[in-house]
Amino acid sequence: METILELRGITKRFPGVLANDQIDLDLKKGQIHALLGENGAGKSTLMNILYGLYQPDEGEIFSGGKKLEVYSPIDSINAGIGMVHQHFMLVPVFTVTENVMLGDEDLRGGLFLDREKASQRIREISEQYNLEVDPDMEIRDLPVGIQQRVEIIKLLYREADVLILDEPTAVLTPQEVDGLFRVMRNLINKGKSIIFITHKLKEVLAIADHFTVLRRGKVVGSATPETFDEKALASMMVGRDVLLDVERKPADTHDQVLNVSNLSVIDDRSQLAVDNVSFSVQSGEILALAGVQGNGQTELVEALTGLRSPLEGNIEINDLDSTDYTPRKVTELGAAHIPEDRQSDGLVLPYSLIDNLALQTYYQSPFSERGVLQQDLMKESAERLIENFDIRTPNAETRVGSLSGGNQQKVIVAREFDRDCNLVIASQPTRGLDVGSIEYIHKRLIEKRDAGAAVLLVSTELDEVLQLADRIAVMYRGKIIDILPGGEANKEQLGLLMAGITQEKTQPI
Amino acid sequence: MTENNSQVEKPKKNSVAIFFSEITKGSWLIPVLAIFTGLVIGGLIVMFTTEGMYTSFGEGEVWEGLKIGFGAFTDSFEALFKGSVGDPAKISAALKSGDDLAIRRAFNPFLESLVAATPYIFAGLAVAIAFKCSMFNIGAEGQLYIGAIAATFVGYSVEGLPGYIHVPLALLAGAVGGALWGMVPGWLKAKTGAHEVINTIMMNYVAYRLSEYLLRGPMMREGYSPVSPFIQDSAKLFRFFKDPIRFHLGFFIALGVAWLVWWFLFRTKWGFELRTVGANPKAARYAGMNVPLTMVMAMALAGAMAGLAGANEVMGVNYFLAAAFSSGYGFDAIALALLGKSHPGGVVLAAILFGFLSNGAIKMQVMGIPVDIITIIQALVIIFVAAPAIVRTIYRLKEPEQGDEPLVLAASPGGD
Repeated sequence: METILELRGITKRFPGVLANDQIDLDLKKGQIHALLGENGAGKSTLMNILYGLYQPDEGEIFSGGKKLEVYSPIDSINAGIGMVHQHFMLVPVFTVTENVMLGDEDLRGGLFLDREKASQRIREISEQYNLEVDPDMEIRDLPVGIQQRVEIIKLLYREADVLILDEPTAVLTPQEVDGLFRVMRNLINKGKSIIFITHKLKEVLAIADHFTVLRRGKVVGSATPETFDEKALASMMVGRDVLLDVERKPADTHDQVLNVSNLSVIDDRSQLAVDNVSFSVQSGEILALAGVQGNGQTELVEALTGLRSPLEGNIEINDLDSTDYTPRKVTELGAAHIPEDRQSDGLVLPYSLIDNLALQTYYQSPFSERGVLQQDLMKESAERLIENFDIRTPNAETRVGSLSGGNQQKVIVAREFDRDCNLVIASQPTRGLDVGSIEYIHKRLIEKRDAGAAVLLVSTELDEVLQLADRIAVMYRGKIIDILPGGEANKEQLGLLMAGITQEKTQPI
Repeated sequence: MTENNSQVEKPKKNSVAIFFSEITKGSWLIPVLAIFTGLVIGGLIVMFTTEGMYTSFGEGEVWEGLKIGFGAFTDSFEALFKGSVGDPAKISAALKSGDDLAIRRAFNPFLESLVAATPYIFAGLAVAIAFKCSMFNIGAEGQLYIGAIAATFVGYSVEGLPGYIHVPLALLAGAVGGALWGMVPGWLKAKTGAHEVINTIMMNYVAYRLSEYLLRGPMMREGYSPVSPFIQDSAKLFRFFKDPIRFHLGFFIALGVAWLVWWFLFRTKWGFELRTVGANPKAARYAGMNVPLTMVMAMALAGAMAGLAGANEVMGVNYFLAAAFSSGYGFDAIALALLGKSHPGGVVLAAILFGFLSNGAIKMQVMGIPVDIITIIQALVIIFVAAPAIVRTIYRLKEPEQGDEPLVLAASPGGD
């Protein structure tokens, strides 16, 4: 196979960091090449260099044997390299055709947009690669998986031969992932080449022809996946052995800690987001709330934690009616809350670790005596938590905003789990974290469960749900459409439920 | 300075020491350079607006013209210095003569600058506290008027009290008046989301007209308009020297209040809440803080500071209230708070700078240099402070390292 793209000795330095260190990478024509690495390993920097957003300090890029100079995304597009970003760059109120034409408009008579010609080409591309996209639909009416295909069409329309897909599966349901993989295979069969950026090991094994692993800016391995399994990949990525399967005892449930009955909640636009939901969580079990993002999980958690008043229904925590409780009263009932968006809700980024670790307890004795903060005690306590929860930071006075995502999450976990709590509400606790941090958070959740806490885990990651949950509730359009025992559920079944497809059977609740 | 103590048991730093170390650490280089640059450019403006220079140019005497221009440049700074700090020649002459009045006159410019700085300190705190809670208090001027009205009323209407009760009472009245005025926009923001910028500006107009109505009606001094009666002697702030020196207790009260505000913001749980709501209201709500109440509290506190500025002017300088008595302290305060980076210590330093500039301006005016130059200098200083990139470019300073790279573990530059 001929090599279509060659990176030789790419080095990029940022102040204090070597983001890319002598990276070599070969992309063969018709190949899916997975680029694997933890957050901060240098994947994005490398791709931004290829895409022309950064200039490398050293190293060269060759395309088809010719040296390539990319100083801007326009150069890379001209060289046949295109990128689908994690966050789509589409105008929701425009049609597929209009979105594809944006920035590369075909004009009729030098003045008018030639929509006809463009949509004809989109139809051709769609048929050629079996993409099933209707050029006349508006973007906002399309599901996420199809929107992603529109992004791919944009690249094909500009005749890209090399497609860079940046974490493309992060936003998809399992069925949509299968669809994407089919599209990717069609693309390579028609002679395109793909760089597939991911940190999901299963996906590498499922689809990649070749993979390259980055760790701390260096290539630590490059091979074909046949001879590797998940465990080997994970330890290559992290640099040590990783426990992928969390060890856990069977659930030992006794008291009912959280009981939700007939709860309805409206969202910011006054739409019904949670629709007559009932469930309960016992101490010593993990109930996972699975579902595609945006099916009411956020509003449900906000109602449970006092951040949003429910429309109807009841919430009981430890046999107390907490329906109308403020966030502070819910916390004081013994609830720990790991919020969905750690940076905007869970932390005050300009504050030190000391202040962030005291965010839920600053007002109580011993941190506050007659209104005066006891800063020595706060510092001591912070230093103890940094030690116990293995938070990697220069010192306790460091700004939380300067820590890595994994360490920021550890700060939240340390703060929430250090209190006496018998209810844990964890919302997307591992989103965007690397393998090592995920392993850590999972271990802590299991520890809490084994210590007798009731854990409500809201997650869109099926692997996580299947690994951790004793029971799995699937949420779809504001309703819990099924609750399954963790041991019996499988991915396909959950995927169907998440897409709203229920088997003909009564719903056990 | 404390290295010597390192062998001895590590001394527990008291809050005063921490207060001063917080002022001195951090990136104060930029404001200092901004002030310097503003002064130099202001001087150049004086130079290029000197008529004599162009007359000489016209006569072909370029060198002579430049000399005249540069002379104006140095003269204006000499005037600024003599007007705000004092004339060294006069001081030594007065000391030699031993004449009390001459000595007081010689030292007056310096002390008068501190008198001018005092309302700036209070008003600057009023804006800084609101900034800390992420609110823009444009209403310090109105709050200042209400504070002045309340203090004046208590000052003249309550009779027969000893000074040590009357003074605190009148100050308290000023603080409460300002607090109420600040609370209204705070409450509107917390309850309805109405933007505090618009509401504080509108409250300013209400305050101006209210003061005019009161001074022409219920609070009018008999036979005069629009001024209030004189306050009782017992409500006057103590003056340390005889005339013409007006230096009074208010300056030290302002320093004490600035320290209290710092202590409140950084050492109490309410201050922690105020700063957290300012830094991240969502996280504050998540952590169980009462965000609306905290906003109202912050604005009330800010208003109280502005109210004290008004009370201070009435009780320490004027002894009565006149319509339009404030020369825009409440608006200069916004610039001040920016210059002081919303830190109470920084506000004190910035206020003293403004006090010296505005007092020195009077002397410059006497010399025929337009007083507007001082306003221009103040404006330039603020521009340079607000746009640190300009200062960094002029002086080739390095960018602060604040990359988005997750691996960079940059320590906080202090403050919060």
